[in-house]
Parts: sequence; structure tokens; C-alpha cells
Amino acid sequence: MSETQSMYNYKVVRQFAVMTVIWGIVGMLVGVIIASQLVWPELNFGPWLSYGRLRPLHTNAVIFAFGGCALFATSYYVVQRTCHARLFAGGLAAFTFWGWQLVILLAAISLPLGFTQGKEYAELEWPIDILITVVWVSYAVVFFGTIAKRTVSHIYVANWFFGAMILTVAVLHLVNSAAVPVLAAGILTPKSYSAYAGVQDAMIQWWYGHNAVGFFLTAGFLGIMYYFVPKQAGRPVYSYRLSVVHFWALIFTYMWAGPHHLHYTALPDWTQSVGMIFSLILLAPSWGGMINGIMTLSGAWHKLRDDPILKFLITSLSFYGMSTFEGPMMSIKTVNALSHYTDWTVGHVHSGALGWVAMVTIGSMYYLLPRLFGKPQMHSVKLMTVHFWVATIGIVLYIASMWISGVMQGLMWRSGNADGTLAYSFVESVKVTYPFYAIRLVGGLLFLCGMLIMAYNMFKTMAGGSTADAPVLLAAGQHA
Amino acid sequence: MDINDLRSIMTVVSLLTFLGIVWWAYGMKGNKQRFEEAANLPFSDEGADRAELGLSRNEQRKTS
Repeated sequence: MSETQSMYNYKVVRQFAVMTVIWGIVGMLVGVIIASQLVWPELNFGPWLSYGRLRPLHTNAVIFAFGGCALFATSYYVVQRTCHARLFAGGLAAFTFWGWQLVILLAAISLPLGFTQGKEYAELEWPIDILITVVWVSYAVVFFGTIAKRTVSHIYVANWFFGAMILTVAVLHLVNSAAVPVLAAGILTPKSYSAYAGVQDAMIQWWYGHNAVGFFLTAGFLGIMYYFVPKQAGRPVYSYRLSVVHFWALIFTYMWAGPHHLHYTALPDWTQSVGMIFSLILLAPSWGGMINGIMTLSGAWHKLRDDPILKFLITSLSFYGMSTFEGPMMSIKTVNALSHYTDWTVGHVHSGALGWVAMVTIGSMYYLLPRLFGKPQMHSVKLMTVHFWVATIGIVLYIASMWISGVMQGLMWRSGNADGTLAYSFVESVKVTYPFYAIRLVGGLLFLCGMLIMAYNMFKTMAGGSTADAPVLLAAGQHA
Repeated sequence: MDINDLRSIMTVVSLLTFLGIVWWAYGMKGNKQRFEEAANLPFSDEGADRAELGLSRNEQRKTS
């Protein structure tokens, strides 16, 4: 073996890890801007920076730029280290980095300009969709290629989750993004229309939408959890057998939960009920995974006291448990009748997105960053703890204010007078949400401040660090 | 045969497959060893851990 072949490929991991923090700040800054617009509508400047165009920019930036970069970074690191093999096709891996950054850049330009397919979390127009497909297929080749050349016999459970994420997202993206481009004066325009119509279009959109949550934001980040929690706790996962059952239970049930986004719509009643029942079943595998992660710390709880990385990881699992309990409850039709279209949904999403996805990402990045730059730890452990508390208080403010505001909206919208007229006009419900929108803004601002602290800590850690890659060592007691 | 029969069969086959997986994970005694091996995979390359933390061969990890 040559010298280069015996080292892990950390360059692409390093690039994605740094961009995770940068895109996290950008995406959350846009979130803070649109939260401010809801408090002060005067902040809508022109059509380009209006709420309607910035909101999809926020969701795309935090999910696909921040979350996506985190998934690329961690999956490339974990698959190499648990397969004891250098990343397959280094050139293609570099292409996934630059290609993904180009996708993000194109999103940041096209969304404010008003180019959109109008499908939530799949707004990007067809030329960008094609680029995403090319990058994603390359990602699959690099990831599964590395698994194929592993020098150990087992495929570690984290890689199962990453692999499921890659495969499923490919299917979801291809099916939901199928569209017919508009031909104007003989030229293909960036504008397109969905290949589906009516209730089928809605069902495919929410089959996509919920599985984007289930596979991009859950399975992928569970892959992160299954490597970084045991590593940081210094002990193997609580139950590997439970992790196997956890994985397959999620795979078998998530696909069917999408219809709960379409309760009381033109979707057939039985489809709505199927969606509700599968959402309720999902509670079991979700909590199985959460318990498996948290119990990994069993017997080593004292580590939680002074290790901010573990604080982030274990708190993320607590939020995962909370939001995967809340989700099935909200999918029950009668509860949904109160919660749907209110701020409660927004609170639920952020309990998952900030509490689970962002916290587990931040924990794993604090684990990775010093290692990628040859340092024993981050520049300041104290600042990591400060980041943890600022972020946690931010999330609590955010979700508590949205719960209150959401339940209040739901109750006002449904209350009627004896003569059958509505008790409140819509604008009355807007008026009472006003203070809660301000509290939400404070919560989001705190979370963003935490990310800025992280960026400072990251650049301080990078300064003077070495970018030498770690050697690929054959595993003791493992047979190929 | 109606397409709905196929759909029902598919659901039953999926459930049986899942129950098979549960049995494979918990019921087969011989699998305990392989699961333990797999669970320890993240800890099989401490040498690379030391190298990336910038520590020498004999130093212990300071964190965690």
C-alpha cells in the first residue's frame, strides 16, 4: 500500500465540518430575520427579502446546508473509522463537497428571486434538482464504495442508518421532484409544474415531506448518535441488539406516517387513519433509540457534569424523546384538529430541529473539530459550556412560546357563538400571538448567539492546527 | 386475484420479516458474540484516536 492509501481522508470531512458551522449561522440568521418580520412587518424589504421568499430560504439553509453538511462530514468520518478503510473515490468525495456548496449557493440566489416549485422542503427548481441528484448519487457511490472495501467483517450500526438515509432520500427526491419544465419561445425556462395533480400531488408531497424528516433529519442523525455517544462516553452502545431492532422498526414504519400532514383534507379518510396509526406506532422505535442512546451513559453519569460534548449529545436525545412523543400525539386526528395550522406545529418542528438535530450536530462537531486539526480539545471548553446553556435556554423560550401561542390560536379559531358564527375574527388571534412572537425571537436570537460562540471557538481551534490525516490501522481481532 | 390481495400479502410479509429480524436479534443465541464484536467497532482503532488528538503513542486521552 502506498503512503496516501494508508491514511484516512479527512480533508473532505474537515471542509464539510467547517461549512456546517458557517451554514448553521447563515440559516439561523435568516430564521431570526423572518422571526423579526413577524414581530415588525415593516422589515419586509421589497419582494426579494419578503417573508414568503425568505422562509423557504431559512428551511432549506438549516435543513440541507447546515444539516446536510453535518451529515456529509460525520458519515464520511464514521464510515472510514468503523470500516478501517480510506474513503472510496477521493475525487468524487471532493465533488460532493463542491457540488453541495453550489446547490446551496443556487438556492440562496434562486429562492429570493422567487423561483420555486412551491413544495415545502422541495422548493428548488428543476435545474438545481438535477444537480442535487448528481451530487447525491456520487455521495452514495463514495459511501457504499467505502463500505464495500472495509477491512472488518461487520458493518457498524451507524453506517446502516447513514446508508438508509442516502438510499431513501434519493428515492424521495426523485419521485417528489418529478416536474414538467415550462417551454417559452422554444427555450426551457427554470419554471416547472409538478408531474402530479390534486390530492395525489399533496399525498406525494407529504410522503416526501415526512420522510425527509424521518430519514434526512432522523435516520441520518441517529447514525451520528450511534457513533459519537458511545465514543464520547467511552463505552459501547447500551444494547446493540436493540439498535438492530430500532433500525428495522423505523424503516418499516416511517414510510407510512406522511398522511398525518393531510388530516381533514380531500385525502380519503382511511389514508388519514393509516397515517395516524403508523405515526402512533412510531413512538415505540423512536423511544427505543432514545433509551438506547441515553442508557449508553449508564454507570458513567458523572461524565455529564463536566463534559459539554456529552451535555449536547444527551440533551439532544432528551429533545428527541420529547418531540417523538409530541409528534404521535399531534397526529391523532382530534388533537390535530386543534394543533394543525397553528404555531404549535412550528414549536414542535423546532423542538426536533433545534433540540435534536442541531444539538446532536453541535456535539458531534465539538468532538470532530479538534481531531480534524490535530488538537487534544477545543480552544475553550468553557465556551462550549456557555454555548450549551445559551442554546438550551433559547430552545426552551422558543418552544414554550410557540406552544402557548399555538394552543391559543387553535382554541380561538374553533370557538363559536350560539348562533353559529365565529367568536373571534382572525386578526384577533393574530393580535394575541404578538408577545409570543417576541419571545420566540429572543429564543432564536439566543440560539444564533450560541452558534457565533461556536464559530469563534472553531476558528481559534483551527489556528495553528495541523491538518495531518490519521493513519488507517487494521482492527485488532477483526477479520476481513 | 385483486391488486388489494397483493397489497394485503405485502403487509403480512413485511410484518413477518420484521418479526424474523426481532427473532434474529434477540432469539438466536449464537448472535451474541457477533453483536458484541460489532458494538466494539468504534473502539478498535485507538491508535488513530491518539494520532488525531495530537498525542504521542503513550499518552492517554485527556478528554472524556
